[in-house]
Amino acid sequence: MKTVWVIAKRELSSFFDSLIAYIMLILFLGFNGFFTWLESGNDVFFSGQASLRGFFSIAFWTLFFFIPALTMRLLAEEKKTGTIELLLTKAVTDRQVVWGKFLAVFILIAIALLLTLPYVFTIDGFALLGYDGLGNLDLSATLSGYLGLLLMSAMYIGIGIFASSINNNQIVAFLMALLIGIFFQFIFGAMAGNATGWLGELFETLSTSAHFESIARGVIDTRDIIFFVSIGWLGLFLAEVSLTKRKVID
Amino acid sequence: MDIKIEGITKSYGNQKAVNNISFEVKTGEILGFLGPNGAGKTTTMKMITNYIAISQGDITIGGKSVKKHADDLKKHIGYLPEHNPLYLDMPVMDYLIFCAQLQGVTKKDLNKRLIDMIVLCGLDREKHKKIGELSKGYRQRVGLAQAMIHDPQILILDEPTTGLDPNQIVEIRKLIRELGKAKTVILSTHILPEVEATCDRILIINRGNIVADGTAHSLRNKAQGQEVLKVKIEDAQAPEVLDNLKQLESVFSVTTLDEATNYFQLESQPEKTSKRNIFQLCVDKHWVLTEMTPVETRLEDIFRNLTMN
Repeated sequence: MKTVWVIAKRELSSFFDSLIAYIMLILFLGFNGFFTWLESGNDVFFSGQASLRGFFSIAFWTLFFFIPALTMRLLAEEKKTGTIELLLTKAVTDRQVVWGKFLAVFILIAIALLLTLPYVFTIDGFALLGYDGLGNLDLSATLSGYLGLLLMSAMYIGIGIFASSINNNQIVAFLMALLIGIFFQFIFGAMAGNATGWLGELFETLSTSAHFESIARGVIDTRDIIFFVSIGWLGLFLAEVSLTKRKVID
Repeated sequence: MDIKIEGITKSYGNQKAVNNISFEVKTGEILGFLGPNGAGKTTTMKMITNYIAISQGDITIGGKSVKKHADDLKKHIGYLPEHNPLYLDMPVMDYLIFCAQLQGVTKKDLNKRLIDMIVLCGLDREKHKKIGELSKGYRQRVGLAQAMIHDPQILILDEPTTGLDPNQIVEIRKLIRELGKAKTVILSTHILPEVEATCDRILIINRGNIVADGTAHSLRNKAQGQEVLKVKIEDAQAPEVLDNLKQLESVFSVTTLDEATNYFQLESQPEKTSKRNIFQLCVDKHWVLTEMTPVETRLEDIFRNLTMN
């Protein structure tokens, strides 16, 4: 565990040293802030409810695009520059490397989400002041919405790290993560609408938005958690396999 | 910890990069790994550090197979890969701390190890710079520092002195010799004098096969076979000297190098030496012997003979 943390720490400081972290945070807060508060027709004031549902559905998409941008270099760059050889010949296992990198991105996403907490306080404040009759903020739905975003992020980080592990070009890793991600994010959901019977159910089960929406409503179902965790874990597992392959196959 | 390599083979497709090679390196021994480009040096080193798979055969370190116990063994190995890959966006100190932590250097020892490495590798003035800002030679020093930071039992160095200036090369060689007394060191290089200066034993490999194994001295003897001497004799006439030298019973052949200065090269009969006979001849004839130099086959020639096909 200590080794995983050493790797995660290096990765995090590399995010912050290279400005990637700051740019990502500014863009993330900018996008979400704009669509949550300013864009007419969809913003908090228009909806007339003291709820962060609007923010969650925006973050659902912004994270989808931001995460591949953060994960694309994690292994692809190390493979390209050869530093992966130095890293993997140290006293670390391939699994620790993969999990360390996962942890770094997960922490960065957590920081980004933490920085949106003022939204919660602001809307809660409006509600207390009786502004426009917004009603009270549903605290448990808000918490489970954040949980949903974290779980969804974990899943896409797993997919992103896998995409980064199978080639050494960052752009290809980025696009591949989006390509895999778009199936879960959108295509499976759309197909579920068109298919019937067991096929429809299968597509429904694989659709991120179906799972996310139920969590964002405040319904925490183990099946949803298992979905996010298992897809994320599968991504990390396959990334580990693609690293370990060098030692097994000629 | 001894390294024992037993019949390892590595193939890439149909091509065999390393073909059934076996050797052993003992604690306190420095092994110089020589060979032309593409001979299989780097591949062998990558197999020892368990970075790539071994197609056939096995490598044991301290009696443990690298196939099974790689994770235990890795903390005893210090490795400097070819091309010295480094995180260019990290400052030298942070990078060395990162490596030390991964290799399990305890907090208590960390500072001392860091200071030792910085002093040893001459990185004091550069220690707060980013690695990307350093010149090639300094990056090489960082590469060496990271390999040795955890005081490993085994050092695997793939061309450790490339890019260093002559002073640094001398220092690094001295350092490797020093370390080699208590540790097991394998280093690869193209620079032949370097092997002579640092290594106890030389292993020449070509196209995946071992073509020579021994000390610099034993390789020379093997390559040379007969004694070759250069002699210069004064106070005499060249033709007379030539005749007399040829008549010595231990001499196989004589050639004149320079008639004006009576400079000759002579080859002795196999397993015989002519040194005493030449001296005696000069005493008898009242000639003055001003030079008698044994000619050694240069390592370069041995290398060329073994690896040119």
